[in-house]
Parts: sequence; C-alpha cells; structure tokens
Amino acid sequence: MTRRKGEQHAVIAGVGQSQVGRRIYRDPLDLTVEAALAAIADAGLTRDDIDGVATYPGVMGAVPGFSGVGVTEIQEALRLELNWFAGGPELPGQLGSVVNAVAAVAAGLADHVLCFRTVWEASAAGDRGRASVTMGGGGGSFRASGFMEWTLPFGAPSAANWIGMMAQRHMHEFGTTREQLAQVALNGRANAARNPNAIYRDPMTLDDYLAARMISTPLGLFDCDVPADGSTAVVVSRADRAGDLRRPPVRIEAMGSALRGRPSWDQFDDLTTMALRDAAAMMWSRTDLRADDVDIAELYDGFSFITLCWLEALGFCGKGEGGPFLAAGRPRARGGVLPLNTNGGQLSGGRLHGYGFLHEACLQLWGEAGERQVDEPPETAVAAAGGGPLASCLLLAAP
Amino acid sequence: MADDDAPFRILPAVTPENEHFWTAGAHGELRFLRCKACELWIHPPGPVCPACLGRELAVEAASGRGTVHTFTVNHQAWIPGFDPPYVVAIVELPEQEGLRLTTNIVGIPHDEVRIGLPVEVTFEAHDGVWIPLFRPSGSGPEGTEDTAS
Repeated sequence: MTRRKGEQHAVIAGVGQSQVGRRIYRDPLDLTVEAALAAIADAGLTRDDIDGVATYPGVMGAVPGFSGVGVTEIQEALRLELNWFAGGPELPGQLGSVVNAVAAVAAGLADHVLCFRTVWEASAAGDRGRASVTMGGGGGSFRASGFMEWTLPFGAPSAANWIGMMAQRHMHEFGTTREQLAQVALNGRANAARNPNAIYRDPMTLDDYLAARMISTPLGLFDCDVPADGSTAVVVSRADRAGDLRRPPVRIEAMGSALRGRPSWDQFDDLTTMALRDAAAMMWSRTDLRADDVDIAELYDGFSFITLCWLEALGFCGKGEGGPFLAAGRPRARGGVLPLNTNGGQLSGGRLHGYGFLHEACLQLWGEAGERQVDEPPETAVAAAGGGPLASCLLLAAP
Repeated sequence: MADDDAPFRILPAVTPENEHFWTAGAHGELRFLRCKACELWIHPPGPVCPACLGRELAVEAASGRGTVHTFTVNHQAWIPGFDPPYVVAIVELPEQEGLRLTTNIVGIPHDEVRIGLPVEVTFEAHDGVWIPLFRPSGSGPEGTEDTAS
C-alpha cells in the first residue's frame, strides 16, 4: 500500500457503556456521563487527559430520543478543556464520529478524544409525558422538506419503509428469502442470551420470527431493532501514547467512510447495497488484509437486511449471496464459522445505534467479553455501522 | 381539494425550485427538469446538470409511464389519518435509466403489486399540491386524462 494511512497513528484506548434498557427514564446526559467516565477509566486516563470530543448526531431536539446530548453538554458536564471537537448528523453513519476522531488524532489536533453516542428512544416513546417519537408528522401547517419532501407525502417516513423496499429488490434480484433474513435475527437472539445487558434474551425460533406482525414488507417486527436507552463511549488516543494506557490498545488497521453514489435512500444507483459498498471498498483499499482474515464481524442491524448487505459489501460472501451464506451458517473459506454480532446486535441487544458494535468488537479483541467471548482469541474484527446512504466501517486488530 | 377517501398527506414545502414538479399534476403531467445541453432528466431538482454541469435547464413533461422498481406494503401506522396498509414504491421511468421517484401504487390489491409492473401516473390534489401516484397501466377511467380536479 502506498496511500498514507492516518489509522496507524491512532488507537482505541478504552470503551464504556452506561446502563442499557427499555424506558429507564434517566436523563440522557446522565447516561452519557456514566459511559464517558467508564471509557476514560477503562483507558487508564483521567478527565484531564481528554482534549477532544466527537459525537453523532449532536443535539437534534426535533426527534426526541434520537439524541439529546451534543459536544457542548458533555464538555460542560465534565468541564473538559478541548483542543478539538466535532458533532453532527452529516457523517458517514454513526461511526463517522470515530473516523473524525482518528483523523483529528492523526493530524495532531488532539491526544485523547472522547467519542460517544447516546440514545433514549425507549423513554421518548414511553408514557411519562415526553413527546412521542415522530418524524415531523402530526399535520397542521407542517410541510416536508429535504429528503423527507420525497417520502413523507407518500406515508413513508421510516427507514423501515426505505429498507423494506431495498430488501424487496434484493429478494427480486437474488432470490433472497425471509427465512434467510431470519438468520440475522435468530443469531442475534442466541447471542443476546449471553449478554447480561441485552434487552431481549429469551430464545426465539423461526416460527416466532415468521409469526410476528409485519411492519413494512418484507420486514416484520423482528427484522427491526428494539428502541433502547443507553450511551456508549470510546476513547481514541495517539498511538505513541499507548504506554500511558491501562492496557495495550486496540489498533485500527483501516477505515472506510466513502459515499460515491447519490446521497439518497431512493436515488442511489444500486439499492441492494448502497453506501455500504463504497465504505467497504474504501476500507479494503487501505489494507492488505482481506475478508477471510477477519475473525469476528460486528455488523449493523438496525434492520436485519442491513447486516446481510454488510456481509456482501465487506466480501464475506459474494454480491447477492448473503441469503444462502446466512442459511449455511456463515462458513469461512479457511474453515469454521464467522462469529457475527456476538452481543446480540441491536435486534436483541438494543438500538445503541452503531457504537454498540464497536464496543463489542473491542471487548472481544481484548478478550474481555465474558460469557460470550468467542473461543478462538480474535486477532481482527470488523465493526460496521450505518445503512442507506450513511455508512462507515473499521477494521480493528488485537493489541 | 382531495377526494373524501384520500388519506391525510403531509404535503411538501413548495418552493420556486420544486414548484414545477409538485404542481404539474394540474395539467395532468409529470414534469422534471431537463438539461438542454445533454438532455439528462434531473430529479430531485437542482441548479446544475449533475452530468455535464450545464446551467441551462428546462422543465419538460415525461410520458407518465413507468415500472415498479421496488415496493413495500406498509402495515405500520406512522401518520395519523394515513391508515395502513398501503403500498409505497419506487417507480422508474422509461425516459432514462435511474430516473425514479418514491410514490404510492393505487388501484390494485396490495398482494398483486409486483416488481416490473407497468404503471402510469395519476394525481391526487391537495391544497395546491398535486401528489403523483401510480396505478397499473391502462387501469384509469377510459377517455379521461387523470383524476386531478
């Protein structure tokens, strides 16, 4: 590889997660502080070491529960002295904020960046007088603009509709079935049984999956992730400060953040892959490793179909072969089975929105995943998040 | 105004840039911007041809025909007054590969909608906005242009 790689100058020093649950009715900033302090302590650092903050999507008051905590809230709560910060929704998916942090560290703008994602969508949809989760609906004089201009008038405000159409197209082109798609949900549920923080831990069968109510064909209830409250944080640090840390850090082999097709859920050239294709291609262009070198895959499952897309985009199987690959139990060319979404993913673990996959990948690489630690000590992991026109992925390596 | 049986629809904010699209139904037409230099159809509208970067764009009517590129039968109640089930689809137009829009498929039972189904535009008028919907080709009232009123 001749491309200059900033990834080698940054590492993941620590991870932390708050209480996770349904309708726990805690202040989202309180959850964020819990996750942030846990990640900083996990790294062996103190609050005074943090000189950068990165987050997604920042404060978005119009969509209750989707966010609520931005850079300034955590800076004020912890009285951080920052050299660099960035938060916002216009990123290549949730982990785009971590990509930002790596870039900032590689550029020498910060030494230790606190990255976080906080959601409280379960409480926001709850019954304690908070506003319902809406996408600007409710009638009156409201008029749709931006991308929603092209979907809201047709009663399609949800990613369930947009992803449902992508899944339908995939089924049409490649013969993918609901039974194949179900394997993402069933795998997640089986793994969640070994994750004490997961929301749905009871066993689920294919019949349970198929019997669940339809949301937006071909996606049923268990194809959709479960809203949760919780905050996840990671600390991205300078690689040459690894000696200051509590334990050897997780290395970042390569990242992908590309968006080469049109930035739209319905105008992208190939709806069966979308930006995942671009992010994955960029990531592999920055490393000599290949998909068969990856020991564990933590792949976004806001909807089951997105995980199937990531499997194809990252090359764990061929384009259009995600369904048969899942049905066959994810066999690897070098033998064995590809571990997938080892904490249950968002379908069963809870919608921590992208950061949960990175958190889990790091725990597995450190050998600290407890009961759900994979048998073979993993050397490499992919953490990928996003769907539609928003996608980024990281190839991580054990210390 | 909309027919009594039309759902409640959240309407688009009409601007000088998109007015040609959202009001063309008054004339029974589906209209888009088109580049005068390279003839690319442009949707959603923008200030420049994204292919040749030409700045001379003109509004032009498409045929109104299309095919279902993909679809979903929505069963979840998202918007009060817009009751499920209903079919959301991406329709591709024959004028140009990739010229698509999200819409609803009407005038056909939900379980008969298929990818590749030939469809034609029809409009639902709401408060100065004409929402382009699609129905199976040839299924409209004989001898009428469309349902705009």
